[in-house]
Amino acid sequence: MLLTKQEQKMFDGEEGEAVQQSMEILVALGKIYGAENMVKITSAQISGVSYKTIGRAGLEYLEDLAGKKAKVVVPTFLNPAGMDVEQWKEMKIPEDFAKNQIKVLDAYGKMGIMKTCTCTPYFIGIRPKKGEHVAWAESSAVAFCNSVLGARTNREGGPSALASAICGVTPKYGLHLDENRFAKLLIEVKCELKTTADFGALGSYVGKMAKTNYPAFVGIKKTDASEEHLKVLGASMAATGSVPLFFVDEVTPEWKIDDGAERITVTNEDLAKTKKEIDQNRPKPDLVTIGCPHASLEEIKQIAEMVSKKKPTCEFWVCTARKIKEEAVKRGYEKPILAAGGKIVADTCMVVCPLEQMGYKITGTNSGKAAAYLPNLCKQRVAFGDVEDILYR
Amino acid sequence: MTIILNARSISKGKASGEALLSKEPIGFLGGVDPETGVVIEKGHQLEGQCVAGRVLVFPNGKGSTVGSYVMLQLAKNNKAPTAIINISAEPIIVVGAIISRIPMVDKAENDIYAVLKNGQKVEVDGTKGRIIIS
Repeated sequence: MLLTKQEQKMFDGEEGEAVQQSMEILVALGKIYGAENMVKITSAQISGVSYKTIGRAGLEYLEDLAGKKAKVVVPTFLNPAGMDVEQWKEMKIPEDFAKNQIKVLDAYGKMGIMKTCTCTPYFIGIRPKKGEHVAWAESSAVAFCNSVLGARTNREGGPSALASAICGVTPKYGLHLDENRFAKLLIEVKCELKTTADFGALGSYVGKMAKTNYPAFVGIKKTDASEEHLKVLGASMAATGSVPLFFVDEVTPEWKIDDGAERITVTNEDLAKTKKEIDQNRPKPDLVTIGCPHASLEEIKQIAEMVSKKKPTCEFWVCTARKIKEEAVKRGYEKPILAAGGKIVADTCMVVCPLEQMGYKITGTNSGKAAAYLPNLCKQRVAFGDVEDILYR
Repeated sequence: MTIILNARSISKGKASGEALLSKEPIGFLGGVDPETGVVIEKGHQLEGQCVAGRVLVFPNGKGSTVGSYVMLQLAKNNKAPTAIINISAEPIIVVGAIISRIPMVDKAENDIYAVLKNGQKVEVDGTKGRIIIS
């Protein structure tokens, strides 16, 4: 790789051990992916935050790095943690877990990272512009960033995004290059898409077929393609496949398709079948979780309105960023949710918190992503459907 | 007779030890015990063998990305491999080797499984990208 003088100095250890180690990681990754040089980034988003996913080994790594005085040089923010930092006791999080989780967050804090703990940074004002290079790690945030915002990031891992945050650069390969940003799959949407669960099911279906190919959608109405719906579409494709970029005709800022792209049609029958497969025999959930990826203010408002008209038949969480929760409380959305037996849960979500240790067996979701991860990561049976359905079974 | 093979440098440093070869990929999270360095993955070609102090030869990493951190735990417990030779490196092992200061190379010019046998002494120069078999 061709390094600038400054990057070479970092590689040679002139800026300390933490910077050197980080630059070594970036150079090695650049080498294996064929990058010719580095590119400056404007922000980084770090995954590997929940103590449930990184465990003792990850905590030790982060404490070592913080001990070596590692500091980030670009705005850097965190993916969700394993619990709501303020109401973990009410969530029935084991105390030992909570202690370790706080240590993880403290180590990140020491490095100058904002403890946003959200997978939807774009709902709290972190919105890189079209063509901007960033290093984001959480798979649904990566999909939104590339596809809806038109910014550029590869699907980073926790350590590589952190190394980029410390050095301010990322190896220039993959989705940072124009020539790689094109679709090889053309998805003709012939099914009706009304709700979040519809977009979640579409994402689950297409993600499985796309694998690592990038899909381009025609037939999604502009009026249906809200950011909330695109968020769930991208998240679900990133979970059942590993899709970091997609296009929607007349909606996304980019649209480029390979001449030989494979065409796939999605019908109402395909969608109904997918929904049925994900919803494991229509169970009644112990807990319904909304906000995968983290809910926007608008989504919280809709839930508040719905549950104040009719009380749900089970416990429920609305997962979101702390900043959004604060705004929701200010606007009076929390009261009807609490009165209906629900909680607005911040900093965490149903997938990365230790649900399996908290007594829940059946969890409801309207997200194809949560539905993909809940069985393995949280040992949950999944109830999948529209919010109006799963809250009142 | 000494054989010198050129390879691609991945993680800096030089170290030697007895070779331990696996034709199967290795997943460190759940696959290797961080306290003892023993391979614990059921049915793995190296199950029951200890990676500590050996030059570990395997095609590539697999499984959870947390495997990188498990490699660091092994190093802190003095149970890490002394060096790593991969066929084709991927990010889990690359990150793990760098943060654990384990010299590492990949893409050797000749088939490493044909020239290197289990227990043979081998040196890995991760800085220059060389494998020296004595």
